[in-house]
Amino acid sequence: MSQARKLLVNPTQCDGYGFCAEIVPELITLDDWGFPIVDSRPISDDGVIGLAKRAVATCPRLALLLEEAEPKQA
Amino acid sequence: MPVAVSEPAGPAVGHRLLSGPPFTAGYERIDDHERRLGPRPPGNAELIGRLERSGLSGRGGAWFPTSRKWAAVRQASQGRAVVVINGSEGEPLSSKDRTLLLYRPHLVFDGALLAAEALGATDVILYLSRAQRGADRPIEQAIAERVGPARPELPIRIVKTAHRYIAGEATALVNRLSGGPSKPRFSLYRTAERGVDDRPTLVQNAETLAHVAMIARYGSDWFRKLGTQGAPGSTLMTLCGNVRRPGVYEVNLGVPLGKVLQAAGGTFTPPAGALIGGYFGSWVPGAALAGLPVEPNLLRDQYHAALGCGIVAVLPQDGCGIVESTRILSYLAAESAAQCGPCVNGLNALAETMERVSASQPKPGDIENVVRWIGMVRNRGACHHPDGAVGQLASALEAFRDHLSDHLYGRRCRGTESQGFPSPPLPGDRWR
Repeated sequence: MSQARKLLVNPTQCDGYGFCAEIVPELITLDDWGFPIVDSRPISDDGVIGLAKRAVATCPRLALLLEEAEPKQA
Repeated sequence: MPVAVSEPAGPAVGHRLLSGPPFTAGYERIDDHERRLGPRPPGNAELIGRLERSGLSGRGGAWFPTSRKWAAVRQASQGRAVVVINGSEGEPLSSKDRTLLLYRPHLVFDGALLAAEALGATDVILYLSRAQRGADRPIEQAIAERVGPARPELPIRIVKTAHRYIAGEATALVNRLSGGPSKPRFSLYRTAERGVDDRPTLVQNAETLAHVAMIARYGSDWFRKLGTQGAPGSTLMTLCGNVRRPGVYEVNLGVPLGKVLQAAGGTFTPPAGALIGGYFGSWVPGAALAGLPVEPNLLRDQYHAALGCGIVAVLPQDGCGIVESTRILSYLAAESAAQCGPCVNGLNALAETMERVSASQPKPGDIENVVRWIGMVRNRGACHHPDGAVGQLASALEAFRDHLSDHLYGRRCRGTESQGFPSPPLPGDRWR
């Protein structure tokens, strides 16, 4: 049984290259300044997971993360 | 038997943390402190249960349940936790923590040492901002009073940082105490698990620790004698702007704000509104002020507002909430750590646009952009700086929406000339 996963951006690392939004527009759009707005809900679609993995691997700043979908507490 | 602490006659303004000798006597010495309140009991796991029953929540602004924070640190501790007294108070309008540290320091230190014992900590750090040069002497003297064979406690070490708005944010504090700048950082771990030098860390606001010192002595039932079911106890508030006697007041949670304003001598002019909770807080129109509940849950549910760190900054009659909100927004934009795109770009764009609106010289599309950008920057920073900044702006647009049309239609607003509301300070230029 595989753990549900979600995309996460480290905003201090991201420089707004925008490649991620090209690769997985299902989960990532860009704001008015070219920085990613990431849908961080658990990903259910296997095809989208594949794209998310590619987006993570393509980020030149290594700012995109694919994490286990459990809520972080305070 | 601990000395009974005097309860106030009318349920408006309390005297728990601020009871004792007058402030003109300087800080309360350790001997006087222990004679008045009794010696500090030891800290242990039982105290965490007691804090849970007391319902104490964090007075730094987030109102997070204190016992839950302690339980998380204790679970991760393995006898190597760090306890940090957060006394940095980056809010320009707040002076409650500094007041406590300057006049009732041992209440705060008691709370920190209780935490250290209960959580198995090896270090206790007092984190201060370098705001007032030389003004920390009484705090240093109070710490020195506790050193000696009569008191086998952990030493309290002071670490200072540049006075910045977000220097006291938990991850910024951890960054600074781990040797970096006091800028927030992104982490997948909780501070309770990996904080200072990757050790389990309790970061607790100075006032919260002072309440802990009282609960450890008098119990959770005593604590609950004031306040509401959901938010028990008293809290410190800083009143400023259009009030006759600005300053720090201890307030029983749940009382209407009108009673607090009365205790501060009332207002000079009928207030046009007020900023509640500080620069990350919410604007409330003047008509709602008197009945506003000083209680975080009621404020959230009924007014979409937050009590934050207890600031009430009152606008004068001729003041304008749009103008003041824009000044604060510009300050907060300049105080961004400039690490996250949405914060840097969003707050600067919002400040630039709102400055035109504030001056009643908007360009077409300005207010539409403002509304869109407010939604766009939320929840996208490593810390909550952008969220707090746009929340403050959004609440002003809502509270003063009738008057906003004057600004949008280019009608002159005299609020720019009003003097009665405190201006934001100049932004800082260092991060250590």
